[in-house]
Amino acid sequence: MAKLQVELVTAEGRILSEEADFVLAPGVEGDLGVLPNHIPLLTPLRTGEVMVRNGEAEHILFVAGGFLEVLPDKVTILADAAERAEDIDEARAEESRKRAQELLAQDIGNYEASLALERAELRLRVADVRRRRHGGHPPAQ
Amino acid sequence: MPSLRDLRRRIKGVQNMRKITKAMELVAAARMRRAQERVLAARPYSDEIASIMTELMRRSPQYQHPYLQVRPVEKRLIILVTGDRGLCGALNSNNTRLAVREAAQSTVPVSYVTIGRRGRDVIRRLHRDLIADQSMLGDRPTMGDVLPAARVAMEQFESGEVQQIDIVYARFISVGRQQATLQRVIPVEAPEDAKAVSADFEYEPDPKDVLDALLPRYVEAQVYRAVLENGASEQAARMLAMRNASDNASEFIDDLTLTANKVRQASITTELMEIVSGAAALEG
Repeated sequence: MAKLQVELVTAEGRILSEEADFVLAPGVEGDLGVLPNHIPLLTPLRTGEVMVRNGEAEHILFVAGGFLEVLPDKVTILADAAERAEDIDEARAEESRKRAQELLAQDIGNYEASLALERAELRLRVADVRRRRHGGHPPAQ
Repeated sequence: MPSLRDLRRRIKGVQNMRKITKAMELVAAARMRRAQERVLAARPYSDEIASIMTELMRRSPQYQHPYLQVRPVEKRLIILVTGDRGLCGALNSNNTRLAVREAAQSTVPVSYVTIGRRGRDVIRRLHRDLIADQSMLGDRPTMGDVLPAARVAMEQFESGEVQQIDIVYARFISVGRQQATLQRVIPVEAPEDAKAVSADFEYEPDPKDVLDALLPRYVEAQVYRAVLENGASEQAARMLAMRNASDNASEFIDDLTLTANKVRQASITTELMEIVSGAAALEG
């Protein structure tokens, strides 16, 4: 079966370059599932999870907004920021979530803080999903 | 004639200096390599954005995002990129001079946003209109480090405060050559060398929204690339400056050693003469 060439790049560099047969991405209009031979498509992305599946192997990544460009044999994701689930430092995510909640409680810079909270929670969720599926290590306490 | 002791002390001093410049040269060489890698790593992103943009602008030429509109210029803004540290030849002052000269030749007032301590200090000393500064980014600036400065500039444009934004940075031509360069940022010019993806795209929600989201990122990517490239140029310039300094030190050491040897020999000769003539006087 035809495969998709998936490239995930940020301004700092290439995060992922793989073959895949299915990609799930958080488009602004809703989550998008892309299979090979999809019609060419361009859309901005929300903050969320990107899932790249190749046979049995799966990658889950966190993206903080960006773009999705789909060609019949190629998917390019231009992310504002991206992390592989296995790279997400849970302790750091947890810490930044706490900080965001404190900021929210203080009611200063509410908008910024709620964005930060949203991002932190997403990072944790992505890490969590990965752990459940792949039986990784529980967070060190 | 300087005394032998003084000469030896100076040789020691210059040798110590050469140790430092030599070390700085090696460090700069290593950092330059890493900086070049970062420039290369950033390329896929900016190339991809450029090609999507070319495609979009071809597709809907009637749509005029503010960033694409050319308006009469009443005020300009220059983003001045320099290093945070000196000892890198004329690199920082070349950038700063290019920016200040451009402002002097301009018929409209110019304000500045600086990235890098060296440029900031000069602009401040000259009492120019410095709007924002984002310095001390270190060796590995991330997009997030550079973004605040880019945002300030973009906001100035969006609020109608300025009508044109340029960026000054040192272009990396080769290890031996860096060129202070002025480049237009806004109004955005269609990238020339980008290859357009020729496919019949669907847009979600529509081309206008995609372009709206794309343009600020294109501008940010341009600024980020300039900062990365300037970083590589800075390290290359420092490496070269330090190599020259080390070479000069070596030459100086050779000169001093020669003089020291002459002085030493002269004093030995004099002593011998004294002994010989003393002995001759006794025999006589």
